[in-house]
This record gives sequence, C-alpha cells and structure tokens, in this order.
Amino acid sequence: MIKVEGLGKSFKVAKRTEGLRQSVRSLFHREYTTVQALKDISFSIEPGEIVGYIGPNGAGKSTTIKIMSGILVPDQGSCSIMGYTPWKERVAYVKNIGVVFGQRSQLWWDVPVIDSFELLRDIYKVAPQDYKQNVELLVETLHLQDILYSPVRQLSLGQRMRCEIAASLIHSPQILFLDEPTIGLDAVSKLAVRQFIKTINKEKGITVILTTHDMNDIEALANRVILIGRGSLLFDGNLNELRSKFGTQKTIVADYQQNVNPIQIPNASIVSWTPERAILNVDTNKAVISEVITQLSDQLELIDVSIEGKPIEEIVLQLYKEYQI
Amino acid sequence: MNLYFKYFRMLLNSQMQYRASFWLLCIGQFFTPFVMFAGMYFLFERFGQIKGWDFFEVALCFAVIHMAFSICECLARGFDSFSNLVIKGEFDRILVRPRSTVLQILGSNIEFTRVGRLMQSAIVLIWAVRNIAVDWDFFKLTTLFFMVTGGVFIFTGIFILAAAMCFWTVQGLEVANVFTDGGKEMAQYPLNIYQKWIIRFFTYVIPFGCVNYLPLLYILGKSNGGSDLLYMMMPAAGILFILPCLAVWHFGVRHYRSTGS
Repeated sequence: MIKVEGLGKSFKVAKRTEGLRQSVRSLFHREYTTVQALKDISFSIEPGEIVGYIGPNGAGKSTTIKIMSGILVPDQGSCSIMGYTPWKERVAYVKNIGVVFGQRSQLWWDVPVIDSFELLRDIYKVAPQDYKQNVELLVETLHLQDILYSPVRQLSLGQRMRCEIAASLIHSPQILFLDEPTIGLDAVSKLAVRQFIKTINKEKGITVILTTHDMNDIEALANRVILIGRGSLLFDGNLNELRSKFGTQKTIVADYQQNVNPIQIPNASIVSWTPERAILNVDTNKAVISEVITQLSDQLELIDVSIEGKPIEEIVLQLYKEYQI
Repeated sequence: MNLYFKYFRMLLNSQMQYRASFWLLCIGQFFTPFVMFAGMYFLFERFGQIKGWDFFEVALCFAVIHMAFSICECLARGFDSFSNLVIKGEFDRILVRPRSTVLQILGSNIEFTRVGRLMQSAIVLIWAVRNIAVDWDFFKLTTLFFMVTGGVFIFTGIFILAAAMCFWTVQGLEVANVFTDGGKEMAQYPLNIYQKWIIRFFTYVIPFGCVNYLPLLYILGKSNGGSDLLYMMMPAAGILFILPCLAVWHFGVRHYRSTGS
C-alpha cells in the first residue's frame, strides 16, 4: 500500500549570527548550511497496519509524514502510496488520506464543530448519505454529542483532539497520518484516543501511521515500530523484536523465608540483597531465566518471584544513546 | 464556486462573533479613503482642473480604482495575509485537502469590514456618474463594470505574486505594497498627468492604465478617433494579468518548505 524508497531531503538553513553588526551584515550577505533532514529512508507498509514512527525531536519524523502526505517534495527517492506519487498527483491522492497534526487545528476556530464538519463535507465532496452515516458513527464512538454545537475556541484540548480526529475521518480515508495525536492530553483523553484509533483500524481496516513521543501510545497501538534518528532509519520491526533485541536485561525480584547466607547465582548480577529479598539483573543473552529461578529455589525457600523486562521507554532511550541521536 | 460560498458563509459567521469590532472597523474603513477623497475635492476647488480633467471625471477614475481595491482586499485577503498561513503552518493543511490551493486560500480569509470602503467608493462612483457630462448607454455602463472587474483582477494578481514570494522568503514582502498601494495612489488620477515612464509602466507592466485611464477616454469621448471597441476591450488586459501571476504561484507551491514539526 505504501512503498517508500531511498527518500532524501535536505534543507538550506541560514546561519545564525550574533551581535548587531553581524545581523546587519546578514541582511546583505547570508551564509547557508545544508541540513540533511532525511537520508535514504526506505520501508513499505501493508494495508491495515498500525505503524509507530518514533525518534527524538528533529529526527525527521514530521518531514517524512509531510512528504508522504504530499506537502513536501523530496530531493531524492520515490514514494508510491496506493499507486500515487503524493507530491505529483496531490489533489487525486489526498482524497484518500486523513491527516491530524497534533499541534495544529484543522477546525474553524469561531464556529461550532458541526459547521466545520459540514464545510469539510463540501471540501471532500462526501455524499450526503455517507456523511450522515460517518458523522453518526464518529459522534457515537468519540462521544461528541455534547460538544458538537459549541464553538471550537471553547473546547478543552482533549475535546478538541477528539473533534480533530473525527474531522480527519469524515471522508472515509484509507490511510490516517497522526502526527503526535496525544500531545498534551490527560490520561483519560489519551486512553479514549488510543481506543478509538484501535477501533477504526480493526473495524474499517484503516492503515494508521502515527508519530509520538509517548511510548505508551506505541505499546497500546502499534505492532510495528520504525525508529528514525538524524534522518536515517535505525530500526524497522515489531515491538517484540525491539524488546528481544535491545531489552535483554531482565530484573528478577525474589522474596523468600529469612536466609542469612548470601546467594550465589552464576551469570546474574545481584543488585541488592537483604535476608528477605533479593533483586537480580539477568542478561538473557548470557543466562536462561528458568535456570536462574531453579538456582534460586535450590538455595532459598521462595515466597514470591517476579520478572520484569525493561520498559519500552527505557529501551528507546538506550537506543537513542547507543546511536548517539 | 459552490464551495467558495460555503467558505464565505463560514467566515461571515466567524466575523459576526465579534460584532462591535466589526462595526468599528467598517466605519474606519469608510473614512480612510474619504479623507483622501476630500483632499482631492479641495484640490479641485482651488485649481478647477488638472490637464483638462475636471473634478467629476477624476472622481470617476478615483471611484473605479478604489472600488476595485476594496473588493480585492475583501475577497483576496487570504493572499494578502498569506505569510501568516505559512508562518503558522496552516498552508500544510491546505495542501492535504483535495481542492485547488488558490480556491482554498481565497476561502481562508475574507475581510468583510472592507465593505465600509466599498460603500464609500460606491457613493463617489454614483455621484460622479450622475454629474459627469456623458450620455450613458449600455456599452458605456458595461465598460464601467469591466473597468472595476479588471481592476480587481490586477490587484488580486499583485497579491498573488507577493504571496508567492513567501515560498522563498517566508516573510511577506512589503515591496508588494509599492505596487498595490502605490498603484492605487497613482491610478486614482488619470495617467496622462504623469511622466512618460510611469505611464508606460502602468500600461504595459502592471496594466492599471488599461482598466482605468484608457477605457475612460472612450467613456468621456476623448479617444480622439481611436477605435472605440479597442478602448472598450482594454480592461481585458487586467484580467489577463492574473495568468502569469498564477503561473508564478504554482511554481512557488513546489518550492514550499513548510515549518516546524
């Protein structure tokens, strides 16, 4: 459905100058540096996938989304989405996509939400029958009944975001781009948004590509993660792969009947030890978890054992560090 | 076109949310050109005429150009304030909608308060038409109508050009005001009172002369034997002026760089 190959894009950025004299000089003569925003990005996405597109600020996430939605023209590479080249056949192509920019509104600020929906219906030429059906469904699943007739400027951020997402689905797109859809939302709104994205993906088969800094979004939604840093693609695979590749550190917490003799477990490092409780670190590349537990139960009278993997948040953080991005 | 009216209604609804500010701006817009017009009136009071043009003839000239300018400022405000769309990143949104960029930008902003200015120039126009020594017939009235229309197209064209510059500089170029405001100031008087090079510039480069001075010669019977039809058709040049402007616009859209995240 989406095929991106060798995408590259660079921006010319004027050098910042300091001091009054330099500023005046820069009026007449400017020096530019070229910033490579994207380098050789390739991936393909199948219909019905939810893909999390992650990376630190300035990694090139938004640039990629903007190229895929036909806003920017790349310098190199090709991109074919549903048979269209986004920036060449813009008008024909964008009928099929919905885009939500978390930081920008697509609703008209001073009029009731429903008026925005109606204008969008006319912009996308949605048939009245389809429009009615879609709005009914969206209002019901996103709980918009009470806010449909209030001006957008009076809505809270969470309410507005629900309306934004609804607005991007009025024309029944097949692909939905979400650029930081949960930014600034409270826990309840976040959950509602996630739940809704899941539902439309399942029931309507809409392909979803989302960028986010909230790893809980990824964990709740995406079966596939694409990690990008400094414009290069670093990882592309499912979440479990990411975990098993980079999240090999496990923490074992064992509670046991009082035991004064320090324990000896090969291949595991002891983080802390008391007569009642021990916390161990195990690298699954070097040791097998079940063996470590067998060892533990041989030496101690275990009451309770819990095994925790690294939270995905930390794995990503570690990755950023590893790649120095 | 249908969609444009939908935008129109939406924006009217929005602006009516702030009623007091709307009326105050309207009244302000009414008086801005009024002061200018009063200045002109006193000028003629003192000197009687300029290069063979009497007061009502010049008033007609003035009314046509100001009417065109106010209609354009009202309807093509989106292009006039286009740098805001770019800076706020809202042009991204326009690009992901399946309609022409020009239509969407026209629909992004309509400045209804310019109606005040329009009213003022309409009053001057009617006053001038009724007092001028011309036998009005169908052709002359049609020509008058197309003079205003042509003027609207020229001003819109300049706005589009200025907006297209934003694709390269982001900041809107104040330079464009030299041509919109400056052109308006120049063209509110008959062109032949100026230097040759100014006449040439405003006839062949930015064809204000074609929507104003030249057809006016026909209406006033001053064309000195030139073909009436040719003078009548002159405002078409104003409409054609918008074509190269649109070409530059479409070229510019491909250079759009977007902003921020």
